Amino acid sequence: MAEVEETLKRIQTHKGVIGTMVVNAEGIPIRTTLDNSTTVQYAGLLHQLTMKARSTVRDIDPQNDLTFLRIRSKKHEIMVAPDKEYLLIVIQNPCE
Amino acid sequence: MPPKQPLRRQSVSVGRGTRKRDEDSGTEVAEGADEWAQSKATVRPPDQLELTDAELKEEFTRILTANNPHAPQNIVRYSFKEGTYKLIGFVDQLAVHFSQVGNLIPKDSDEGRRQRYRNNLVTGSEESAKLVISEAEVVEEEDEPKEAEAGSQTDVPAAEAAEKVAEELMTPKQPKERKLTNKFNFSERASQTFNNPLRDRECQMEPPPRTNFSATANQWEIYDAYVEELEKQEKTKEKEKAKTPVAKKMGKMAMRKMTSMESQSDDITKVTQAAKIVERMVNQNTYDDVAQDFKYYEDAADEYRDQEGTLLPLWKFQNDKAKRLAVTALCWNPKYNDLFAVGHGSYDFMKQSRGMLLLYSMKNPSFPEYIFSSESGIMCLDMHMDHPYLVVVGHYDGNVAIYNLKKPHSQPSFRSSAKSGKHTDPVWQVKWQKDDMDNNLNFFSVSSDGRIVSWTLVKSELVHTDVIKLKVEGSTTESLEGLQLYTVGCGTAFDFHKEIDYMFLVGTEEGKIYKCSKSYSSQFLDTYDAHNMAVDAVSWNPYHTKVFMSCSSDWTVKIWDHTIKTPMFIYDLNSAVGDVAWAPYSSTVFAAVTTNGKTHVFDLSINKYEAICNQPVVAKKKNKITHVQFNPIHPIIIVGDDRGHVTCLKLSPNLRKMPKLLRTTVGNNGCEVTAFGGSSRQQPRPSKGVSYLEHPSPPLAPGLESLPHSR
Repeated sequence: MAEVEETLKRIQTHKGVIGTMVVNAEGIPIRTTLDNSTTVQYAGLLHQLTMKARSTVRDIDPQNDLTFLRIRSKKHEIMVAPDKEYLLIVIQNPCE
Repeated sequence: MPPKQPLRRQSVSVGRGTRKRDEDSGTEVAEGADEWAQSKATVRPPDQLELTDAELKEEFTRILTANNPHAPQNIVRYSFKEGTYKLIGFVDQLAVHFSQVGNLIPKDSDEGRRQRYRNNLVTGSEESAKLVISEAEVVEEEDEPKEAEAGSQTDVPAAEAAEKVAEELMTPKQPKERKLTNKFNFSERASQTFNNPLRDRECQMEPPPRTNFSATANQWEIYDAYVEELEKQEKTKEKEKAKTPVAKKMGKMAMRKMTSMESQSDDITKVTQAAKIVERMVNQNTYDDVAQDFKYYEDAADEYRDQEGTLLPLWKFQNDKAKRLAVTALCWNPKYNDLFAVGHGSYDFMKQSRGMLLLYSMKNPSFPEYIFSSESGIMCLDMHMDHPYLVVVGHYDGNVAIYNLKKPHSQPSFRSSAKSGKHTDPVWQVKWQKDDMDNNLNFFSVSSDGRIVSWTLVKSELVHTDVIKLKVEGSTTESLEGLQLYTVGCGTAFDFHKEIDYMFLVGTEEGKIYKCSKSYSSQFLDTYDAHNMAVDAVSWNPYHTKVFMSCSSDWTVKIWDHTIKTPMFIYDLNSAVGDVAWAPYSSTVFAAVTTNGKTHVFDLSINKYEAICNQPVVAKKKNKITHVQFNPIHPIIIVGDDRGHVTCLKLSPNLRKMPKLLRTTVGNNGCEVTAFGGSSRQQPRPSKGVSYLEHPSPPLAPGLESLPHSR
């Protein structure tokens, strides 16, 4: 258990990372390093998007599954790693 | 107007005669009494008609007629026929004094008859009902004896009685007893009972708990369900096979405990997988340019460099915990091409501390995937070809240990000890061998104590066998008792032949290289006087079975043919050579690293006498590079230094030239050296033909395929 905590801490302190959050299967954030309103917004929107993406991948081939989802925007990059029950979201500003 | 009657007698006139003038005749009581008794004088009213006597004696005759005195006597009516008024002679003389409408109706009138009929009906029915009962009784009495005979139902007599009743209704003349209500005293009385008050009674239960359930049925959901079902079935099959009934119960209990434990434990552990992926993604972003370079960058300047190449630094791997420790061993994982192991320890005899084994993945340069620490410095390591999760290490204190990456412990799975025959000096090299005949894991180790030991893992214990003892030749002397004493050489490096299983080379501290066989434990097959100082590394050429290479702290790298006692090539690198390695893609390329921080890459097919790349790789000059390894697939090398850093470098195209197939006069195996001085092009083995430039996979996808297991 401590390993996961360490990993999350490492991610948070990595270069360029703005925030991380853990969201459960229903779109409710469990852990976050950002403020509440932002977290709730991100959680709700990204949860839906991830479900949609996953559904798309699996509809094409049921044996396939979504590994991760990256959304790169002008300002930063949002990375979503879905799990069976949880969703891990990291917002990073990639150094360019 | 009838004439007035002669008025009353004037009986009172005498008494009052005296008092005629007095009009208050009634007030005097005293004299009145007298008057009452005496007087009967007549009093004349003032307006009396005064008639003479003659008039008074007149007789008037009166006639009683039936004429109505009030009826008019001369009625005249207009007659339209004659157009004149006519006198009607006959006038109605009837005078009605009193009339009243009564409620008596004559019997014979219509209304009377009707009423009579109605009354008779009412009384008739009452009587007829009584008559029916009596009749019915009579009928029943009559019919009872008949029933037995005729077998008739009771309905029939009832029907007959009913008919009789109907007849009787028509003639209600018979005397009836009728309850007559007493018209004078009869009073109806009604009473109302008390209505019970109505009350609503309700009872409400708690509604059953409800939850909303929604789900989708997609192709992949169905697929998932099937897969789960399959897994369950397989599990049950395994359980049935493996365990006895008692054990089954235990197993179930354990399973329950496991599941309950899992649910109790913090939910955050389930994010492990995702966290790993995300960490790699984050790193990929940070080192994005490096990853792109790794995959796609080819130094275009190589065309102009006249056969020389460069090394492009990619990532640098370091860990805080291993900062003070030197890199003592490097090894790529045979199965997962981005995973490599780094052994940390110390070469300094005086400063010996702990050791660490770190496994890094190129996908995550910032943190190792696995960390193991040990008390004694790790000097060498090797990964098994077939079981990529088994890592064997040799320690400074002479112990060997096997780590199993699949298990989460940070301790080795198996460890040698003083009892089980550990070395008495640091173990300089370990190498896995093929599984022996009993399918036990098997590896060799060489150490400064002069022993080459074969270790076998038998039923989770390490059993050792001394293969050979390195005796320094010529040092065997006879002591007094007849024992043969010999000086033991210190082995520092060894390598096994790729094809000839039993043959291997050992390098020693004295600078000699012995060619040994696993089967001969006392004698060497051959000896080479290789170097003036300790041999740091020996390595067989992966393609050319006769060629091997050695390097030493005497600044030289030598290439040998094992059939010839003198080296074919000697290279002087101006600094102690720490390690040397053949390239996996070409039989003529090799790299050597020196303690002055430089890496030299040679390609014998291009330039036999000089390195085609000569590049300082580590930043500070005091950093000594200790080891180098080529990646089996990718065109990169990793270089470890004595500060605990591992640098990953990409070989530029010039360094990666694969030799063309020559039209040589070679046989099937196609390996012949044409001449020493001539072209030393050797045909590479076709099986290992790899093409770097056409690798299809994306640059270091952060998926988790590289991990031997998922925790």
